[in-house]
Amino acid sequence: MLNIKVNGQATTLPPGALVVALVTTMQLEGKRYAIERNGEIVPKSAVGVTPIEDGDQYEVVIAVGGG
Amino acid sequence: MAEKPVVANGAPLNIAGREYVSRLLVGTGKYRDFDETRLAIEASGAQIVTVAIRRVNIGQDPSQPSLLEILPPSRYTILPNTAGCYSAKEAVRTLRLARELLDGHQLVKLEVLADDTTLFPNMPETLLAAKELVADGFQVMVYCADDPIQAKALEDVGCVAVMPLASLIGSGMGILNPWNLEIILDRVAVPVLVDAGIGTASDAAIAMELGCDGVLMNTAIAKARNPVLMAGAMKKAVESGREAFLAGRMPKKIYRASASSPREGRIGT
Repeated sequence: MLNIKVNGQATTLPPGALVVALVTTMQLEGKRYAIERNGEIVPKSAVGVTPIEDGDQYEVVIAVGGG
Repeated sequence: MAEKPVVANGAPLNIAGREYVSRLLVGTGKYRDFDETRLAIEASGAQIVTVAIRRVNIGQDPSQPSLLEILPPSRYTILPNTAGCYSAKEAVRTLRLARELLDGHQLVKLEVLADDTTLFPNMPETLLAAKELVADGFQVMVYCADDPIQAKALEDVGCVAVMPLASLIGSGMGILNPWNLEIILDRVAVPVLVDAGIGTASDAAIAMELGCDGVLMNTAIAKARNPVLMAGAMKKAVESGREAFLAGRMPKKIYRASASSPREGRIGT
């Protein structure tokens, strides 16, 4: 299994998973989101081809109300 | 020949080459719910709205609408901000995520805070972040201290607008140092918008009467007893203040009154 961190929380995914798995798990399809993998942006066009690796750290963000 | 009538509010606000009729920019935080957010922002007439960038909550209900469905980028200019960032590094990272989230959108609000109690800006980090963001192609509107030297430095590194505080964020204390704002207006060529500290309509009007190009506020509307009504009041205040600035106020006469009615023709004289 792949041990990763998403938004600070530890989680596991099956080997071979792609970054798009995060989008599906968080039900973000069709919504505006952005993903950072180990400090680097993963463009939306690349989420379907970027493999998740053991030890990766992800930030998955959306826009919320703010000043 | 009669003078050409002045168009209400004069020329539109131009930020980074784009024109906006409304000079009131509003935040989207602290509202009771999305309905109130949407109604207040409609009443404000704002065309530019700020949003924050935050982690998706694992437990968040995905069937609930998201903020950008309530305030679609097709209708509003979304201004992602870096509120809550305490270093240049965090701020730059946040805005790169925002750019990806908004499909390459470049206009952003930079805010690097120094202190939890005052939310005063950390100017050295703000300047560092501004340089890096400008080099990376962002159009940076920057929250800053009401310090003319710092404001000018931010313009010099390429910020498209400087946004000095009127008083502390969310304090509602109004414009505490109009003289500093006047020096900034005198020294800086890019648009100057008051950001933070507005409490009520007269504060917004004063900012505009000073010659500011616009006003950005959140709490003054969201935490009014009736946010939608206050949003409308702020819209009018910004317009009134702008028109008063363009009209040019009468000179103040401190020690001598000036009667409005003619002295001649009074009965019994």
